Amino acid sequence: MKDLHEILRILEKDGRLTAAQVADMLGRPEEEIEAVIRKAEQDGIIRRYKAVVHWDKAGEERVFAFIDVKVTPTRGFGFDDVAERIYKFPEVTAVYLVSGDHDLRVMVQGSTMQEVANFVYDKLATIDRVQSTATHFVLRRYKEDREIFAEAEEDHRLAVTL
Amino acid sequence: MLSVAKHVQGVRASGIRKFFDIVAEMTDVISLGVGEPDFATPWNMREACIWSLEKGHTNYTSNWGMLELRELICQHLERLYGVSYSPANQVLVTVGVSEALDLVFRAILDPGDEVVIFDPCYVSYGPCVSFSHGVPVHVPTTVEQGFVPTPEQFRAAITPRTKAVLVAFPSNPTGAVADRETLQKIVDIAREADIFVVSDEIYDRLVYRAPHVCVAALDGAYDRTILLGGFSKSYAMTGLRIGYAAGPADVIEAMMKIHQYVTLCAPITAQKAAIEALRDGEDSVREMRDEYNRRRRLIVKRFNDCGMPCMDPGGAFYAFPSVKDFGLSSEEFAERLLYEKRVVVVPGSAFGECGEGYVRASYATAIDRIEEAASRIADFVKSLPRAVAVG
Repeated sequence: MKDLHEILRILEKDGRLTAAQVADMLGRPEEEIEAVIRKAEQDGIIRRYKAVVHWDKAGEERVFAFIDVKVTPTRGFGFDDVAERIYKFPEVTAVYLVSGDHDLRVMVQGSTMQEVANFVYDKLATIDRVQSTATHFVLRRYKEDREIFAEAEEDHRLAVTL
Repeated sequence: MLSVAKHVQGVRASGIRKFFDIVAEMTDVISLGVGEPDFATPWNMREACIWSLEKGHTNYTSNWGMLELRELICQHLERLYGVSYSPANQVLVTVGVSEALDLVFRAILDPGDEVVIFDPCYVSYGPCVSFSHGVPVHVPTTVEQGFVPTPEQFRAAITPRTKAVLVAFPSNPTGAVADRETLQKIVDIAREADIFVVSDEIYDRLVYRAPHVCVAALDGAYDRTILLGGFSKSYAMTGLRIGYAAGPADVIEAMMKIHQYVTLCAPITAQKAAIEALRDGEDSVREMRDEYNRRRRLIVKRFNDCGMPCMDPGGAFYAFPSVKDFGLSSEEFAERLLYEKRVVVVPGSAFGECGEGYVRASYATAIDRIEEAASRIADFVKSLPRAVAVG
């Protein structure tokens, strides 16, 4: 278990490291690490591997919005059934049940503001038991998943120090 | 004819300066030559500096260092190693361990007194002794002994003029750590000979196999040991320059007397960062140490795999692989590696004669850079004729 967590911490930072590299970093045999990773994949602990993309820099416009949703819960399901109806839309990138003024926080991605607005009016606000929505468009991404989207801090160190 | 003092003239300026200058003018260089963390100072410590500046804390502090910081250092040493010091007169906050080294030798040496130093070692030990009119006595260690001195070697180096022994584990440049038994024997011998033990433990938090052994905590060590420690390596705050010395009150008071007239006090902004580090820095230490440990295993394996035998270093962030098989001096090896593959390592000869035949490679560099450097080094090594047949 301790091994698994250590491996996950390493891969969470850099999913492209090979099992052999991870094995060398941990001083363990490659096959052993390979097996742990494969099992974690099979068990759904490692969901998938992906790149963290700076889309603005790539020149593709993407619009993100947070939508806070108030929902009337029902007996037996609470918020789960409404959440499911929402997260199945492909434009929805994340759904959380949150404490505070609203119940669900939904993150939506679209290619234009209009597209996101249409999604809210047509699809989201019309779901039964959705009482209200409050849409917040993202104006700039500073940091996401611990990745800072501003220019990285430079390495100011001298090339050689004793 | 006016001239500078003979004891200063006698100290050679570091011979590899020239090499550093070449590096500075090259591009696409991967440097494994850096003796400081690649992590920036954790944000909470930087933020503490900013806040203190906003509040106008730009004054002198007590010559000893801020009382709050001294108290925290004492608690820290007590908690980690079980050694107790009084914040009132047994701890002095200095401008890095570098200043503490200078102060301790000035405080304890009379002209001609000898200090036993084990090589390969950090470059400033010998010069600091010489600047204090002392005589450094360098004792070589070998890879076979894990770059840790034997008690016999130490005993043989002691003369009636010996005033102190300097121990420094984990070691820069070898990454060696000394085991408790060896350190205890060194302390026992120092006690028999009635000499001081100066212990530079700047890398104390960066150990990977066994808990750090604090020399001052060993039997019979406390009354004769001056423990030097600091924040530069553990908390990635090298440029903030905060170190400390802890030890017997009379020695620390003597050091304080010199420090008071020469430096006055360590910079207050940096002392504020050190306070924050001791209050809320443990998670950062753990994260950085874990990351160094992964790189350590990786780089040591890469060296061994490419035909550069490398001892498994127990601490610090240096690997010290051998280049003896290639018929080149360590300086030639480093220079050709730089010109041909644009990778910087430091020739072992910079750290004493017995460092010849080795290079120091720092793994305070991101994993992908280490991998790239390792593959360039492997290519370079493949291109070299071997002086000694292997396998």
